[in-house]
Amino acid sequence: MSSNKETFGGTLGFVFIICLVCAALVSISAVGLKPLQQANKLLDKQTKILEASGLLEKAGTDIVGTYAQFVEAKMIDLDSGDIIEGNTDMFDERSDARDESKSIKPINDMAGISRRANHAVIYLVKNDQGQLDTIVLPIVGSGLWDLMYGFIGLAPDLNTVRSVVYSDLKETPGLGAEVLNPKWKALWPGKKMYNEQGEAAIQLVKGGAKKGDVHGVDALSGATLTSNGVTRTLRFWLGTEGYGPFVTKFKDGGLD
Amino acid sequence: MSSDNKKVLFGPVVDNNPIALQVLGVCSALAVTSSMANALVMSVAVMLVTAFSNLFISIIRNQIPSSVRIIVQMAIIASLVIVVDQVLKAFSYQLSKELSVYIGLIITNCIVMGRAEAFAMKEKPGVSFLDGIGNGLGYGAVLMVVAFFRELFGFGTLFGIEILQLTQNGGWYQGNGLLVLPFSSFFIIGLTIWAIRQWKPEQVEED
Repeated sequence: MSSNKETFGGTLGFVFIICLVCAALVSISAVGLKPLQQANKLLDKQTKILEASGLLEKAGTDIVGTYAQFVEAKMIDLDSGDIIEGNTDMFDERSDARDESKSIKPINDMAGISRRANHAVIYLVKNDQGQLDTIVLPIVGSGLWDLMYGFIGLAPDLNTVRSVVYSDLKETPGLGAEVLNPKWKALWPGKKMYNEQGEAAIQLVKGGAKKGDVHGVDALSGATLTSNGVTRTLRFWLGTEGYGPFVTKFKDGGLD
Repeated sequence: MSSDNKKVLFGPVVDNNPIALQVLGVCSALAVTSSMANALVMSVAVMLVTAFSNLFISIIRNQIPSSVRIIVQMAIIASLVIVVDQVLKAFSYQLSKELSVYIGLIITNCIVMGRAEAFAMKEKPGVSFLDGIGNGLGYGAVLMVVAFFRELFGFGTLFGIEILQLTQNGGWYQGNGLLVLPFSSFFIIGLTIWAIRQWKPEQVEED
């Protein structure tokens, strides 16, 4: 083979064989490892949802079991605020938000997300007595560098904050990425999202929130843009183009 | 192990370091060195890719038509990188999430391509494999040094374990904001190169 390797046909044949071998290698690894990868992805998501509902410590290593026992996923229509039928396992907010038929362009795009999916999957978390304890809502909004994905956990009054948990972000380590710092996350429980007029009033306060300010949380030092992003993300998702209709309906008549 | 093999394996760690002497693969050394755990995984990934790309390219080195040799090398390297990426996603999801795009960018790491073209195209498979491991070690050594300083003085931790308690966690140490950012690696790599050349003056280039 080495005698004719520089000919046109020889080169073409060689490249063809290399492509076949490489393609086979890549396909085998991608297909073979897919079940494991999907399990990892799901586990990661369930871990974050449990963290947002405050069940992570209780779950210990049994994430899947705890999730199955306490968490129920529901699909909602964001515009009407109604719970609808839908396959919550297959729902992918990111692909829906890219699909023009399944998303809208928000009029007041505070969160800087360009498009918002029509549907969302929310998580109802029960306590040991089987009563509704926490409602976990997924959120997304621009930080400094890129979109930040996360979850907020709210008490059944849909006003009192249980947690704000970011799951996927590309913020600057040590500055914006401090949204992942447990000390900062510990500032959230007990804060109120809405003021008495029912407007989203939650905000991150530069220089530190005043004592007793139920709508204010300390901003991240050195990360003004990330902090603003968090405020805008929360206000967008709590507002009329986010979960607002759902919150109104839920308060009026409960879930059913 | 013969002394030749030893030289191939350990030469790149200090005497012929891919980053410090050949100044290859610097971009990823900037990006993934904010924590030692990330740097370690990246080093291992690069070492495996370099070793196996050297091995496979060396095996077929006499069959590769010279007109398409770079493309053939790229195809092999790219396939290996995808495999590494898939394996990481399957077995170490958290780390693959943090390293995200940088694993994929091993394809563009000049060390891999450089060793394939400069070494594996001429040498036998066994020794080429060792050369790949050796260069991975050299790359890893620099990465670990950079990550050590960046993580310790930027975040006050090593491998995520708290060493210097940060003020934002109620301690005394004010993290160095510069070291948190990728470009601070330039300074550390520069100082590392200076230190190595003080120790081994024969590496200094003539004017």
